[in-house]
Amino acid sequence: MSAFAKSEANETFVLNLGPQHPATHGVLRVKLTMDGEYIVEAEPVLGYIHRMHEKMGENRTWAQFLPNTGRMDYLHALAYNHGYVSVVERAAGIEVPERAEYLRVITAELNRVSSHLLWFGAFILDLGGFSPLLYAFDDREHILDLLESVTGSRLTYCYFRFGGVYNDIDDNFVPGTRAFIKRLRERMPMYHNLVTKNIILMKRLQEVGPISAEMCRKYGATGPVCRGSGINFDVRKHEPYSVYPEFDFDVPVYDQCDSMARYMVRMDEIEQSLRIIEQGLDKLPEGPVMAEKVPKIIKPAKGDYYHAVETARGSFGVRVVSDGSNTPYRLKLRSPTFSNLSLFGEACQGMLLPDALALMGSLDLVIPEIDR
Amino acid sequence: MHVDPEIIRLLAFLVGVIAFAALNAAYLVWLERKEAAHIQRRIGPKEVGPFGLLQPLVDGIKLMTKQLIVPAGVDPVLFKIAPILVMVPAIMSFVTIPFSETLVARNLDIGLLVIFAFASVNVLGLLLGAWGSRNKYAVISAARVVSQNVAYEIPMLVTVVTLVMITGTMNLHNIVTQQLGGFWNWNLLNLSASPLMPVAFLIFFVCMLAETNRAPFDMAEAESELVAGAFTEYSGMGFGVFFMGEYANIVIGASVATILFLGGWDCPLGLFPGVHWFLIKMYFLIFTVIWIRWTYPRTTFYGLLNLSWKILIPISFFNLILTSAMLKVF
Repeated sequence: MSAFAKSEANETFVLNLGPQHPATHGVLRVKLTMDGEYIVEAEPVLGYIHRMHEKMGENRTWAQFLPNTGRMDYLHALAYNHGYVSVVERAAGIEVPERAEYLRVITAELNRVSSHLLWFGAFILDLGGFSPLLYAFDDREHILDLLESVTGSRLTYCYFRFGGVYNDIDDNFVPGTRAFIKRLRERMPMYHNLVTKNIILMKRLQEVGPISAEMCRKYGATGPVCRGSGINFDVRKHEPYSVYPEFDFDVPVYDQCDSMARYMVRMDEIEQSLRIIEQGLDKLPEGPVMAEKVPKIIKPAKGDYYHAVETARGSFGVRVVSDGSNTPYRLKLRSPTFSNLSLFGEACQGMLLPDALALMGSLDLVIPEIDR
Repeated sequence: MHVDPEIIRLLAFLVGVIAFAALNAAYLVWLERKEAAHIQRRIGPKEVGPFGLLQPLVDGIKLMTKQLIVPAGVDPVLFKIAPILVMVPAIMSFVTIPFSETLVARNLDIGLLVIFAFASVNVLGLLLGAWGSRNKYAVISAARVVSQNVAYEIPMLVTVVTLVMITGTMNLHNIVTQQLGGFWNWNLLNLSASPLMPVAFLIFFVCMLAETNRAPFDMAEAESELVAGAFTEYSGMGFGVFFMGEYANIVIGASVATILFLGGWDCPLGLFPGVHWFLIKMYFLIFTVIWIRWTYPRTTFYGLLNLSWKILIPISFFNLILTSAMLKVF
């Protein structure tokens, strides 16, 4: 009642979007100062699901932190596994067998496809179209089944170990994955025909929600957000890790800077990931999946180490400082969505509420990963 | 004691109309859930009764047994009166709708006018409910409803005026009688009166979607933006009555479209006209409305305003002028 009674001379009001709101996909809260339906100011308020992952890392052994990584970005958990095991392997000087690296890339890319598919459904849901979500979930289910057979879990994976992966694939994985690639390639044209070319969707996304390349650099935005603004940056290409240099794939870049560009980047990335998986299955070498001489208790040499990987949402970096003991001295996680969300406040100024929510959807936020 | 048989007839029709509205509201929910499920390659309700047919009954019991919560800080009178303001005019509109040659509660000479008069009250109900809720999301929704109302009612009414010029009457019964004798007589294909008649039907249909707050024009409740818009603070039967009103309005909209453009109870081939043809056409239109909802994403309200002011209104005015010119010439 009071909010209406004492509206001030400039006639703005504060709209509290979240922490429980259908469009924020989790416990994100955005404090919006509104002038009618125009946004004057937007301030993301974080911390509702903060679990102190970084501090937890300092209080347990190097290996014990592994399961935590899958619980930050639960949609692309394997990339987070990958980032953390890579930095520890770099610190401790562990060599990884080639087959294990291939398996890491194949499963991480499968996971990326499932993450993008879920985003695709949820984004259209933000725009008010319910049906594509269930089609995307149908496809995603196949990936979850495949990954479940390999990793043993369906969402919060913890598959990678220091020195390899914990389990080799079974006989059904390769034919199953090939069948899935064929299936998804047949369905992508359907998605483009029914969703991408939909006139309402095009009107809602094209030239709406501009994020300039400058703004991306200012806030450190990475991943599809910066690639939709014309910045050609992909950690897999520009700071190659694992066996990515051996694969032939393109980095989709669009320079329209609008929500549609970010949408198209992700849709193209699904196809590129399928290419990587296909090549991985072709080239998959025989051999062990675990390095032989990995010490039971890891004690990396003193030093400061950093490693970045490309997740579905952008560049995820892990910095560890080791004092030579069996626990990290300092663990710093650089999560992509935190930076991507930071630009929301500036980007949505002067926008209408529905367009701002479309912009927020196009950032592909995963809240537990922002708060960590 | 002598009772006028007209009163008994009216009472019977009133009960019938209310039952029809309530039954439709309940089973359109079932239809919507089933249709949505099949569009999304699911099965939909199937546990309660055969094909889930008893589901609406159970839903109704659930809604009725829920506590009627009137949140602190709301305007208690407006908050309670709003759902009724949506429901009652919808039921009132049924009174003038001729379902067949004989099946009509009250055949009014201004039947069309009555329906549009009552349809406007619907917006008032949503506005009062939203305003009385004292919820910011609801107030934004109310502002949208009003701007939407201004936008879609103009092309709709201009189209209806065009049609009244052709038929020369506002009596719904007479409008249908003029179209009897096969689908080539329907106003939809009355190309000698105006070659733009199919376009006029399309305009009317789009405006009907906007009038009933259906997707892709459901900006008023836009669940991903405004939580539940005007209904945010409503629960239990308050929400239920809103819901019934919405579905009753869809039935009204589809009925009016059937009467104005699709020949009412006329059979497409001129054989066996009757109430069944009216229902077939009406439910086909409702089916399409639901189909559209589960296919398209939501537009924005400025998208609707642009569509209305830049496309629908010019076309409908052009149609009006064209029709009047053709009426004068031929």
